[in-house]
Amino acid sequence: MIFLISFTPFQPTFGLAFWSLVIFLLFWALMAKFAFGPIADALQKREHDIQGSIDEAKKARQEMSNMKAENDKLLAEAREERTLMLNEAKEQKNKMIAEAKEQAKAEATKIMQTAQAEIESQKLAAKQSLKAEVGTMALDIAEQVIRKDLKNDSSQVDLVNNLVSNLKLN
Amino acid sequence: MQMVQAQQSNTQDLKSATQHQLNHDHSGHDHSGHDHSGHDHSGHDHSGHDHGGHDHSGHDHSGHDHGSHAGHGHDSHSSGPCGHHDGPYDPTGTAIHHISDGNVYSILDAIRIPLPTFLYAPDKGWDFFMSSKFHIGHHEDGHMSYNGYVMHHGSAYRVVDAGFPMEGSVAHDCFTKKTVKDAKGKDKDINYVMYNGKEYKLDARSTFDAGLLGGGITSFYDYSISKNVLSMILVALLLFFLFRKAAKAYTRNPNSAPSGLQNVLETVFMFIRDEVAIPFIGEKKYMKFLPFLMSIFFFILGLNLWGQVPFLGSTNVTGNLTFTMVLAIIVFIVVNINGNKDYWKHIFWMPGVPVFVKPVLAAVEGLGLFIKPLTLMLRLAGNISAGHIAILSFIGLIFIFGDIFGGIGGNVAGTFMSIPLTMFMMALEIIVAFVQAFVFTILTASYIGAATEEHEHH
Repeated sequence: MIFLISFTPFQPTFGLAFWSLVIFLLFWALMAKFAFGPIADALQKREHDIQGSIDEAKKARQEMSNMKAENDKLLAEAREERTLMLNEAKEQKNKMIAEAKEQAKAEATKIMQTAQAEIESQKLAAKQSLKAEVGTMALDIAEQVIRKDLKNDSSQVDLVNNLVSNLKLN
Repeated sequence: MQMVQAQQSNTQDLKSATQHQLNHDHSGHDHSGHDHSGHDHSGHDHSGHDHGGHDHSGHDHSGHDHGSHAGHGHDSHSSGPCGHHDGPYDPTGTAIHHISDGNVYSILDAIRIPLPTFLYAPDKGWDFFMSSKFHIGHHEDGHMSYNGYVMHHGSAYRVVDAGFPMEGSVAHDCFTKKTVKDAKGKDKDINYVMYNGKEYKLDARSTFDAGLLGGGITSFYDYSISKNVLSMILVALLLFFLFRKAAKAYTRNPNSAPSGLQNVLETVFMFIRDEVAIPFIGEKKYMKFLPFLMSIFFFILGLNLWGQVPFLGSTNVTGNLTFTMVLAIIVFIVVNINGNKDYWKHIFWMPGVPVFVKPVLAAVEGLGLFIKPLTLMLRLAGNISAGHIAILSFIGLIFIFGDIFGGIGGNVAGTFMSIPLTMFMMALEIIVAFVQAFVFTILTASYIGAATEEHEHH
């Protein structure tokens, strides 16, 4: 009990109670208004700002990746189109070449046929005119043979040979 | 003086004489001259010592001997009550003295800062003066009285003896203490001041514990700016200054990263917010209570640490039951004002239990309402006071060794023991300072959380 009697820190006193109350309430009020309140608000605002920035960055990144995907898609499409176009062109070319060949062939055949027909008809005409000429020539030769009187055999032979060599085939 | 009379007349009257003294019969002092006339100590020089001796011998006979008075027997004329300082080192007294509040702010028993002293006695009104009027000396005992008040062990006491000069200042001698039994058989200390060779009874310190802790109703009230009050003001101003600086940094550069002081305070602030306020009170309501929790945490922490700074008075504000009581009452009010319907329903008519259990739970919960702040108050005061006492005890080793082994050698040995132990204890106390502030805050937050919690399931 002697301990408790002089244990002054554990004896409640009016003055300390009064001043503790006054000082703590003042401290609370002033700190809430001028320090803790503004700090809490500032922290909250900053956190919101940071969160907002993070969200925005995330959004921007998302957008960018979206754009990139679109670009890739476009590129792929373009590439495909190009391939398609190239293939088409190649086909067209082949087709054109084939067609041209075909046409050329046909033309050539036609030309050949015309040429053949011409040759045939020329040949025919030539044969005709040769026939006519041969007749005339034979008549001429015979006329000259007859006119020279057939002096000797050798001269006869030379004459014929001469005549034959003069014979122009066309 | 009544004791002496009783001793001389009849020992059977001792009990009644003791009670007589408790009732404080002033006329008893008028007879003292007669009692001592045979001892040739009528002079006013140092005869007072011998009077004290008589009183102590009276105690010896009545069986209320107090250890510290043992050397002051009737026959030992060599040392009177004012030779008290020569006694062996008293660790208990020193520790208690150092953790107590006082009307003077002493640093190292060398620098004594006088404090404004506001005393009120219903029968004579207010007295405002600086405590330097007491001419405070060793052991924080005053050497001068002022308007009937004296200073003993750092506290203002009122002389309640008509014979003492109640106006102005007079020089007085030392203080004496007697232990008597009161009506209930409890020991009770009564202090006396020696003046002109006579003892004048002092009223107890002004307390309002209804006598439970040795106090009681007194004839005066001490509203002084005491050592603890000054510490509170200084810590409050320091914290305000620091946080104001940080708050300004936030408003000035709201988007820049915190640095320096702002960073340190923000770390602790965010810890309390994220680990205490939000988990216990909830995301929706915590902002309303955040300044209160922060005030509690930083005020307690600041005062805890302030008391741990060496050579700065080692004030023990958070270890003082009065201070923690005020905080606990404020917490009690804040919690219960904010209690919602569910909270009161859970206390007085607990849902979900059989009807016959409800009154039992109501009684338990009703008690818990008051036990919660009570534990807050006792835990903080006990922990911080215990830390102070432990440190003071380790420092006291220096003097205890000095007493045991005698002289400087003992003191040196004690110092070598004391330094590592004290350093260890101080390191521990810094942890305790943080932990206790944190515990007080987290419990407050949990009480507020329980009072404001929404129950959807009823």
